[in-house]
Amino acid sequence: MAKYLLLKHYRGAPAAVNDVPMEKWTPEEISAHIQYMRDFATRLEQTGEFVDGQALAPEGTFVRYDGEGRPPVTDGPFAETKDLIAGWMVIDVDSYERAVELAGELSAAPGAGGKPIHEWLELRPFLTEPPTVTE
Amino acid sequence: MDEALLRSLTPNVLGILVRRGADFAAAEDAVQDALVEALRAWPAEPPRDPKGWLVTVAWRKFLDATRSDTARRRREDLVDEEPAPGPAQSVDDTLQLYFLCAHPSLTPSSAVALTLRAVGGLTTRQIAQAYLVPEATMAQRISRAKRTVSTARFDQPGDVATVLRVLYLVFNEGYSGDLDLAAEAIRLTRQLAAAIDHPEVAGLLALMLLHHARRASRTAPDGSLVPLAEQDRGRWDTALIAEGVEILQAALARDRLGEFQAQAAIAALHADAQTAEETDWVQIVEWYDELVRLTDSPVVRLNRAVAVGEADGPRAGLAALAELDDSLPRHTAVAAYLHERDGDVEKAALLYAEAARKALNLAERDYLTRQAARLNARP
Repeated sequence: MAKYLLLKHYRGAPAAVNDVPMEKWTPEEISAHIQYMRDFATRLEQTGEFVDGQALAPEGTFVRYDGEGRPPVTDGPFAETKDLIAGWMVIDVDSYERAVELAGELSAAPGAGGKPIHEWLELRPFLTEPPTVTE
Repeated sequence: MDEALLRSLTPNVLGILVRRGADFAAAEDAVQDALVEALRAWPAEPPRDPKGWLVTVAWRKFLDATRSDTARRRREDLVDEEPAPGPAQSVDDTLQLYFLCAHPSLTPSSAVALTLRAVGGLTTRQIAQAYLVPEATMAQRISRAKRTVSTARFDQPGDVATVLRVLYLVFNEGYSGDLDLAAEAIRLTRQLAAAIDHPEVAGLLALMLLHHARRASRTAPDGSLVPLAEQDRGRWDTALIAEGVEILQAALARDRLGEFQAQAAIAALHADAQTAEETDWVQIVEWYDELVRLTDSPVVRLNRAVAVGEADGPRAGLAALAELDDSLPRHTAVAAYLHERDGDVEKAALLYAEAARKALNLAERDYLTRQAARLNARP
């Protein structure tokens, strides 16, 4: 088994094919999209491949240490930040091929006009624990 | 198996162990172990005397744990004599437990976890699942909380307000996973109301019942939020509403108003309206004025602006809104709503989309996005 992180971007991924902001969809299209996402997660739970999924608010803050006895420096959000994560799903699957297959299904979620969004999702393998048998 | 009965016995059993001389942290661990054993053993072999069973098993667990400690701590004296159960002081015990678990030295999340375990009789696993954290994390949070309160005396009188805040937090967490936190909060508040005569305890209980009564109508079959005005009022639980109103009226009659009674009064006025149009917004605004006086909370002022918008028209609502800090959560959503009612659809659509980006949870984000979409889809 191998764990993968599926990342959805607000910004930073190449543009989707069906790239229309959600508030320009019809309410019915929004409902269909949400239902698709929910069904997808339920199906992965049933196949034993779902680990976790969360959505993130669009606005974040950058924070860094500013030396002994001083409060951390906070800044941002920066307009020039290219990458903005909207949410993630963690899956635990048998192969890279299966992970790609699932990411493809998720990317087919319906959007404006009821047509698939074809949005780019980022697929990142987890670094694993070292195996017991190494030779 | 009657899990509710099992859980309702928890504070009582814990109180008995403490009165027998066990310190709070060790007694609480022992009761938790006994609960876990009961969950395993009772379905096959229900005990004739559930409370006696729990006391016996918990005391044995306590002795086992303490004996393995005694070599180090030399406390055989306490361990070897098993005193008879003390006189029935269960009501006082329960009350003291509430105070201890909501002790002001605890952070809110710790107080919530400790209350659910020690008073609510939930297992660490159940609490962890409800709050979506790993069980080990929740176990650690609870054991740190117990260490924090270990210096507090078990018989110190506490502050009811801190207990009410903890119960309110549990209620507001709502529903996630197998455990219904809202129902659990109601059970714990009922139990508290039985232990102490206090108008704000009654006020919080009434508030919970009145909100819980609307639960079935608050979400559509697809899981999306249904706002109050659009809810199917036929699905409101009239028995819960009647009980909530009765408890609230008795509390208000005592003329010691507090924020929970005022909030419950607003919920009761909503419950009283057969249709959204019949809502007595003028009276609701008056209750919000009381709430502002009692709490001076910006969130209350924001809700008041909505009520003013209904009572005196959207322009008046927008004027009330203009006095508030626009970085308040939901400020943009309220502005969108009032602008739509005022007829400025384009501005409302933009504000709904902006409010969706600022939403604090997914259900609200989806709702606000749909509102924007609804206005944008108009011909």
